[in-house]
Amino acid sequence: MSDTPLFQVENLHAGIEGEEILKGVDLTINRGEIHALMGPNGSGKSTLAYIVAGHPNYEVFEGRVLYKGENVLEMGADERAQLGMFLAFQYPTTIPGVSMANFLRLAVNSVRGEDDGEGGKKRIAPREFRRMLREKMQMLNIDESFATRYLNEGFSGGEKKRAEILQMAMLEPEFAIMDETVSGLDIDALRTVSEGVNKLYDGTMAMLLITHYQRLLNHIKPHYVHVMLEGRIVQSGGPELAEELEAKGYEQIRSELTPAG
Amino acid sequence: MVTKPDIDLGQYKYGFSDPENYHFKSRKGLDEDIVREISQMKGEPEWMRDFRLKSLEYFRKRPVPTWGGDLSDLDFNEIFYYVRASEATGKSWDDVPEYIKNTFEKLGIPEAERKFLAGVGAQYESEVVYHSLQEDLENQGVIFLDMDSALREHPEIVKQYMGTIIPPNDNKFAALNSAVWSGGSFVYVPKGVKVEIPLQAYFRINAENMGQFERTLIIVEEDAYVHYVEGCTAPTYTTNSLHSAVVEIIVKEGGRCRYTTIQNWSKNTYNLVTKRAAAYKNATMEWVDGNLGSKLTMKYPAVWLMEPGARGEVLSVAFATDDMHQDAGAKMVHVAPNTSSQIISKSISKGTGRSTYRGLVKVHKGASNVKANVVCDALLLDESSRTDTYPYMEIEEEQVSIGHEATVSKVAEEQLFYLQSRGVSEADAMSMIVSGFIEPVAKELPLEYAVELNRLIQLEMEGSVG
Ligand SMILES: Nc1ncnc2c1ncn2[C@@H]1O[C@H](COP(=O)(O)OP(=O)(O)OP(=O)(O)O)[C@@H](O)[C@H]1O
Ligand SMILES: [Mg+2]
Repeated sequence: MSDTPLFQVENLHAGIEGEEILKGVDLTINRGEIHALMGPNGSGKSTLAYIVAGHPNYEVFEGRVLYKGENVLEMGADERAQLGMFLAFQYPTTIPGVSMANFLRLAVNSVRGEDDGEGGKKRIAPREFRRMLREKMQMLNIDESFATRYLNEGFSGGEKKRAEILQMAMLEPEFAIMDETVSGLDIDALRTVSEGVNKLYDGTMAMLLITHYQRLLNHIKPHYVHVMLEGRIVQSGGPELAEELEAKGYEQIRSELTPAG
Repeated sequence: MVTKPDIDLGQYKYGFSDPENYHFKSRKGLDEDIVREISQMKGEPEWMRDFRLKSLEYFRKRPVPTWGGDLSDLDFNEIFYYVRASEATGKSWDDVPEYIKNTFEKLGIPEAERKFLAGVGAQYESEVVYHSLQEDLENQGVIFLDMDSALREHPEIVKQYMGTIIPPNDNKFAALNSAVWSGGSFVYVPKGVKVEIPLQAYFRINAENMGQFERTLIIVEEDAYVHYVEGCTAPTYTTNSLHSAVVEIIVKEGGRCRYTTIQNWSKNTYNLVTKRAAAYKNATMEWVDGNLGSKLTMKYPAVWLMEPGARGEVLSVAFATDDMHQDAGAKMVHVAPNTSSQIISKSISKGTGRSTYRGLVKVHKGASNVKANVVCDALLLDESSRTDTYPYMEIEEEQVSIGHEATVSKVAEEQLFYLQSRGVSEADAMSMIVSGFIEPVAKELPLEYAVELNRLIQLEMEGSVG
């Protein structure tokens, strides 16, 4: 293993329709680390997540996003996922007529790819897939009927979030961004989902939890916390930063900072 | 309506000449001589010959329809109207276009079947299946034959029903078919008999299966049921550029008929088909129709709801890729009160493909308490692809409930991105979205057809077909 960080964002300036939303973001995440990215509505958290995942509508003006030392910005979203990256969407998309199980089978096989001949991952057998799906659904307390339901169609807000984590559990990424995965969950669901995430965290994968509430962080403990304001990471620290934020609010943080120049 | 020739059927019992002794030479173009020759060669009774000749007259008088697809390149003089099976199968595999061979390959169609589908080989061996099926059906009194045999073996039934649902003068192409028809299926299901397994046209041993001018007649007696399945998703290659079939179905009181077709004609073909059913008291008629391929398809399966309680349904999928025009839809004619109908049409246009939904819901005066629902959804895959919707309504009655919904959508970038963010390639994501789009219809298909249909869409998405 080299000591190249798993994931790095360097001086990222990016936006949409010519408008700059991210104004120089730097972030480094190593294997085994859980980071939390906090910040008020509209500060650019989801924008960062989309750009990292490869949303075609966003433009990058400057900077790099490195995964295992490789710049991923030129890659398609599918390639990035195949490399082991994952994004749990804040607003998952509905795909009518496509069942969760069929989709997941294709996704799992796409990510695993062909047998690499080096003892790496390979295509999953149908029986093994079903077993795995059943197991992960039980873990996340998702009713079996969801396997045959169409992807996100008619899912409640909370069900969508759980389905995102189910996808993550099936795809076994090495680096996952979870964008507001717990907002909109009731107390029980929050517990199930965060327990699920904690089980998936095997100590070697890395996670970036995006949230504007500190609440989640009582359930999933981050090693590092970053605060994003107006497209920049303005403060970074340990878990105590989250509590400080909760006490002070974003306004105070903003005013404590010297105006960005 | 057709004038029923007033002849004694018995007279024709021995009136069939031996087809083998007759030497028919195929030639292009259509005239009375050709029609007479076809009839004579098949050894048909006089009334059928007259039916053909009368139809030829109608065909000549009728103008080429100017609505619908562009038929201006269709040259009636450049077409073989009758080709003997032996000649048709005499062509060689080398003549079959490369893209069709590739598709067979990719669909995993067995070698023997490929030649048959391409129209260059004898029918592949399904004889064993066919014979045990035939025995089973015969025990139930079900008749399942090709139309030519039916005319020989059951002339009285054929004569009673043929042309009653679609009279030869109905439209130019129905007239043409009535004049030169050959092959097609004949199904008769006696009262109360429910045929358990779907009747598949390819079980029938007849090289004229894939003929250009098939004539199909299905009669479902009271409280009987049959599911008839025809076609296949692999491209059907024909050197002849015109396919014009007629399908007539009668569903009597309490009966139910489902007719499933998937067609994938080669890209040089005009596919101009007239399909119509009459449903009587409490009867149900369902058309499940898939149109792929062809240069132009014009096809609007219809149900005439003749008596109270009758129900009609059309589920259709059309897929137009480069240079194709799928002009498809449905017609529901509510003649009687308390009848209901449902049309679900899904179309996909890719590249320069164009799909048109053209449908009619007609409610006759006095047909109160009619319920009709039309849903047509179009999916465009490219900037250059095109779709049009013509949902005609002719409602002459006040007490009716008519629903209509039409959507046109593009494959949303958000959907593609979402699937791709899970590692799925763009082509796979695209075909998954398209498969999902047609799922409401695909799930009504026999499983092997649904699987093949999805596989075909996948091939189209990979850009590896055509
Ligand atoms: N497609 C778009 N078109 C125009 N502006 C956009 C678009 N997407 C995002 N923005 C803008 O970029 C800014 C950052 O949005 P983003 O979704 O990244 O915020 P966020 O931090 O995730 O907020 P929240 O906490 O509400 O989820 C906002 O001002 C938003 O309006
Ligand atoms: Mg957000």
